[in-house]
Amino acid sequence: MTTTDKRQVPPGLGMVKGLWVTIYTMFRTIFRPAKYLATVNYPKVKETPVPRARGVIALDQEACTVCMLCARNCPDWCIYIEGHKEEQAPSTPGGRVKVRSTLDRFDIDYALCMYCGICVEVCPFDALFWSPEYEYSETHMGEMMHDMDRLQDWMVTVPKDPELEK
Amino acid sequence: MSAFITELFSNFWVSLAGKLLLVALMIPLVGMVIGFAEMKLSAKMQSRVGPYFAGGRWGWAQLIADGVKFFQKEDLIPDEADRPVFKIAPLLVLVSTVALLVVIPFGPGLIFRDLSVGIFYALAISSLSTIGILMAGWSSGNKYSLMGGLRAAGQLIAYELPLVLAVVGAVILAGTMSMTGIVEAQIAAGYPYVILQFLGFGIFMIAALAELSRIPFDMPIAESELVMGYLTEYSGFRFLFFFLAEFANMFSLSAIAVTLFLGGYWLPGIPEDVLAYAGPVILIAKTFVLVFVMIWFRWTFPRFREDQLQSMAWKWLIPLALANILLTGAFKVYL
Repeated sequence: MTTTDKRQVPPGLGMVKGLWVTIYTMFRTIFRPAKYLATVNYPKVKETPVPRARGVIALDQEACTVCMLCARNCPDWCIYIEGHKEEQAPSTPGGRVKVRSTLDRFDIDYALCMYCGICVEVCPFDALFWSPEYEYSETHMGEMMHDMDRLQDWMVTVPKDPELEK
Repeated sequence: MSAFITELFSNFWVSLAGKLLLVALMIPLVGMVIGFAEMKLSAKMQSRVGPYFAGGRWGWAQLIADGVKFFQKEDLIPDEADRPVFKIAPLLVLVSTVALLVVIPFGPGLIFRDLSVGIFYALAISSLSTIGILMAGWSSGNKYSLMGGLRAAGQLIAYELPLVLAVVGAVILAGTMSMTGIVEAQIAAGYPYVILQFLGFGIFMIAALAELSRIPFDMPIAESELVMGYLTEYSGFRFLFFFLAEFANMFSLSAIAVTLFLGGYWLPGIPEDVLAYAGPVILIAKTFVLVFVMIWFRWTFPRFREDQLQSMAWKWLIPLALANILLTGAFKVYL
């Protein structure tokens, strides 16, 4: 530390400053909790999460092509996907048969998920979205496995995309 | 009726049972009040809400719930542990806490036992907890516990000296070692000894903090390096004993500091007959002020490094305490 440092204080003053900070914080939290409390009484008072909070992953079934990229990129293998091919009649007679991948099973085991969001990142068809909902705890571990219908239900909670910059 | 009660309590065994019951009630009560105050105040110091759910309002039942939880837990003793020593250690720590309360005067004549060597007894009995802690660390069969126990031994022995030497100043001024005598000497002098013994009071409080091994002197249980030090292997009600002993010890050491330096149960301007009833309230109020200061320090300062901790005791506190004794002695002789 150089002698020109303006922040240099006499020895011991730093301790007094520290004591002042804690007691000042204590009194202001006691007397004006509405303004200065950093936390809330959770089950009674609920905090609104920021729109882009990583609460739960929602699935848009229509957009999913069963490409398995999310399942393969998941670091802790918590996504289970099964699907089959459906053949559709050719649009013109004698044409080629149309093949469409259909989703049979899409489960995310939230007991394993570590909320890294890689599945959302890699999805090439925008079928997976982050939703800020966080209240889906269960009394049994097995119930943390959300099936595709439950994942679809989360879609209504997904916030709209922000406006593009002009 | 009152004559009957006086008669009843003049019986040695009845009064002994009454006193035992009082102490047995006081330790958990004081421990819970201080523990709860620490939870709430530390929350406020960090802009948090703190416990608020148990018991409805303010979470006042939080520590009762915690206590019940501790009793439900499995009584775990590690295979490697030295079983009898492991079991005795928490009791020994709690016993030293209980025994400290014996010599604290709560009012004129309101004391469990007025020993003529009261303060000497208090300091001697408080070192008993050092042995308990060392036993806990040694018997756990865990290297973290052992390190914690050894650090605790090094720290507690180092800070025992300034604690004792800081007391000597007040004893010289009062001319007696009896706790009641020291308070009465302060009443006779008309001022609390902190005015002359501010150095002694400061050293006593620092050393008391170190004796309690609370932050900033929590090297023996430093979570970031020793898991939980000598407490690592303890769980259930044995851990509860250590926990209670820490908070009750905060109370009793603060009460001793109040008695020695802040006038004990006495406040200037309060007549003798009121003092008989207001005494305990005054003493407990003063004690809780000091307890608040301890909590305040804990949530403000970071932990001392081991070598800083030792050099502070041996290089600063002990010479200062010796100088304080010398000055007090000179003051006493020449005035």
